[in-house]
Amino acid sequence: MIGARKKGEVVETKPLLSLRNIRKEFPGCLANDEVDLDVLPGEIHALLGENGAGKSTLVKMIYGVLKPDGGEMIWAGQAVQIANPSTARALGVGMVFQHFSLFEALTVAENIALGIPPELSGPGLEDRIIDVSKSYGLPLDPYRGVHSLSVGERQRIEIVRCLLQKPKLLIMDEPTSVLTPQEADKLFETLQRLSSEGVAILYISHRLEEIRKLCHKATILRLGRVVSDCDPAQETARSLAEMMMGSDLTSAVKAEGRAIGEARFKVSALSTTPDDPFAVALKKVSFELKNGEIFGVAGLAGNGQSELMDMLSGEALASNADVIVMEGHATGHMGPEERRDLGLGFVPEERLGHGAVPDMTLWENGFLTAGRGQGLMNNGFIKTDKTKDFANAIVERFNVKTAGIEHHASSLSGGNLQKFIMGREIDQNPKVLIVLQPTWGVDAGSAAFIHQALIDLAAQGTAVLVISQDLDELFAVSDRIAVISEGRLSESTPATETTVEQIGLLMGGLHEAEQHGGQAA
Amino acid sequence: MDGTDIVVSAALTIITAATPLVFAALGELVVEKSGVLNLGVEGMMVVGAIMAFATGVTTENAFLAILVGALSGALVGGLFGFLVLVLLSNQVATGLALTIFGIGLSALVGHGFVGVTFAGVPSLYIPLLTDIPIIGTILFGQDLMVYMSVAFAIGIGWFLKSTRAGLILRAVGENHDAAHAIGYPVIRVRFMAVLFGGAMAGLGGAYLSLVYTPLWVENMTAGRGWIALALVVFAAWRPGRAFFGAYLFGGITIIQLHVQGVGWAIPSQLLSMLPYLVTIIVLVVISRDSGKQRLSAPASLGKIFYAAS
Repeated sequence: MIGARKKGEVVETKPLLSLRNIRKEFPGCLANDEVDLDVLPGEIHALLGENGAGKSTLVKMIYGVLKPDGGEMIWAGQAVQIANPSTARALGVGMVFQHFSLFEALTVAENIALGIPPELSGPGLEDRIIDVSKSYGLPLDPYRGVHSLSVGERQRIEIVRCLLQKPKLLIMDEPTSVLTPQEADKLFETLQRLSSEGVAILYISHRLEEIRKLCHKATILRLGRVVSDCDPAQETARSLAEMMMGSDLTSAVKAEGRAIGEARFKVSALSTTPDDPFAVALKKVSFELKNGEIFGVAGLAGNGQSELMDMLSGEALASNADVIVMEGHATGHMGPEERRDLGLGFVPEERLGHGAVPDMTLWENGFLTAGRGQGLMNNGFIKTDKTKDFANAIVERFNVKTAGIEHHASSLSGGNLQKFIMGREIDQNPKVLIVLQPTWGVDAGSAAFIHQALIDLAAQGTAVLVISQDLDELFAVSDRIAVISEGRLSESTPATETTVEQIGLLMGGLHEAEQHGGQAA
Repeated sequence: MDGTDIVVSAALTIITAATPLVFAALGELVVEKSGVLNLGVEGMMVVGAIMAFATGVTTENAFLAILVGALSGALVGGLFGFLVLVLLSNQVATGLALTIFGIGLSALVGHGFVGVTFAGVPSLYIPLLTDIPIIGTILFGQDLMVYMSVAFAIGIGWFLKSTRAGLILRAVGENHDAAHAIGYPVIRVRFMAVLFGGAMAGLGGAYLSLVYTPLWVENMTAGRGWIALALVVFAAWRPGRAFFGAYLFGGITIIQLHVQGVGWAIPSQLLSMLPYLVTIIVLVVISRDSGKQRLSAPASLGKIFYAAS
């Protein structure tokens, strides 16, 4: 748990880093404009904003990955030009990336050696890695290959890599989006210790509660500009979200007293033996989806979710057709299109490449999954007008921000494309809808909208499966929750009878905690 | 000619058949480890072959000829590097074009050199050692380039595994975005790898025209660049295996020629197929663990890197 923050710990001193009037323009998009920011030594400083508000761009400029088009950076009182990451590291800036900058085929020690100056990476590096990782409570084996590590362990590599260089400023871009609540608490302890040692931390996250607990100060960006500075402890998660959006937040409301019908989709003892070394084997996964019910599956990424999704959607075929049954039809050997014909709908995790074809227009993408079911086809020819109407209806109903359905899927921001893909599946009124990480990287406003759409769909009688690692999301929408860990699916419990903590423990693989939690409840 | 003489002469021809492949495959291995797929090995080899031969015939200096072979290979490689790394052209199409370009260019340059012969590259002679029966000539009586090829095989293995520069090269080939984010000059690393690969292909070509058959024939590389490319993949991007694969291929090429000479009733087409078949089967079998194969294949191979700044 996080202890109460002591305000006195941060003494008013000169800022370690000051940004003045920073501007950055990409073709067709002003990412940052007139950004001022002061970070004090020992301060944990949050950067908040919606998707595309310019947070990542800003920290990349501080770390020298991108060059600002205008403005000034002042480091410890001196104006500096940070031309590349080596300059940044020489000044004392360390960064943990949102998408880790790791090399799968290399070992932990090799990965760390690549990210630090040559004079630090000489002989004895392995021992120093073990020393640092022990003293900060970040256990790490330097000789293991990265491909065999969990996401949490991978993040430790990045943190240890920064710590070996004794940074004065540590930048963390959404560090907790991939961690269990327990792993996140561990990380907060490490960050608080670093802060007490005088290291400033610039912290980006969409999780507003953790920012309220952890951070001393927050700077809020909207459309590339600073809209306000605040003390997050004095705010609520809602008020922070509203400052980011610049409008009121409406959270999803569960429909009460819904009639939950019969099981429509059944999976019994589904097992796989992957030939890919990075894939997880599913071990006797069984569950059923009932009409009108939202079933939530929690689990950290890499515990078999994508493998399960592949089996359910028909991208991979089950060894035995009977293990997946949809309304009496054995579907285990059917491909995705046949399954769609039966009334199944899918939203995969990857939007570009799985959920949508990046270089096709929105209406063409709409046709790709809805063409057969919605009668958008005539003897093999596309009914263009009808398809466009279908796509326009999605854009309107789901409030997709786009310049038009003639634009490519890749031109939409992640949150907007996700709304389009969700809308495309929901508007086909599937009997069963299976979604993986429906709001991954989507900002609070769009996420609430997607949640409401799922709840409304279930209220109409659709059986919905939501696989996610965001527990707040699962508790917001699910009627029943189970946990997937190392390819095994736990028994499900009604969402009202369990807590975020219990599910969090299960996600970390602490199965014995289940009994303790059960007794306490 | 008694039995040992046959064995010794076969061993010597195997070495000469394998050495050009060793050069070209090792060079391409380094290029691919950096994440670039250069299908123009054949073109770089054949340009190296004619330039080395032309220099050798004109100056009668074997060392200068080897050097020019390497430099001209590197130059053609540099052209490829400029196109794919700076102008971001498609690597597959550019590589194929480079092969066609190389064959055409070498034919043009080599027009006046058809029918001319070259004295060859001097072989090592160490008194006593070279005179040892059988192994003397095999180990101590080769030309300079054979020793160079062995040194390169060992050196590249060591470079990739144990040096920081080698680690950076592998990192760039594994995940160019991450390498860029950490602050490594992806384009520069790849450019140097492509230049090195070109020089090695040039050396392979030079060996063909200076030693293997010391004369110029149009299109004399005869597909060896493609063999080198295949060797890299089937050797799972390991220098030791690529070296072994080159010798296996060279060995079977020579042995099947001897078998054809004996006059057994096996169709010669089948025998000609043999080196390709056996080399691929053997390398596939030793690298068949698909998991390891995926780890050894550079993950960014053939992908275009564009740094936003």
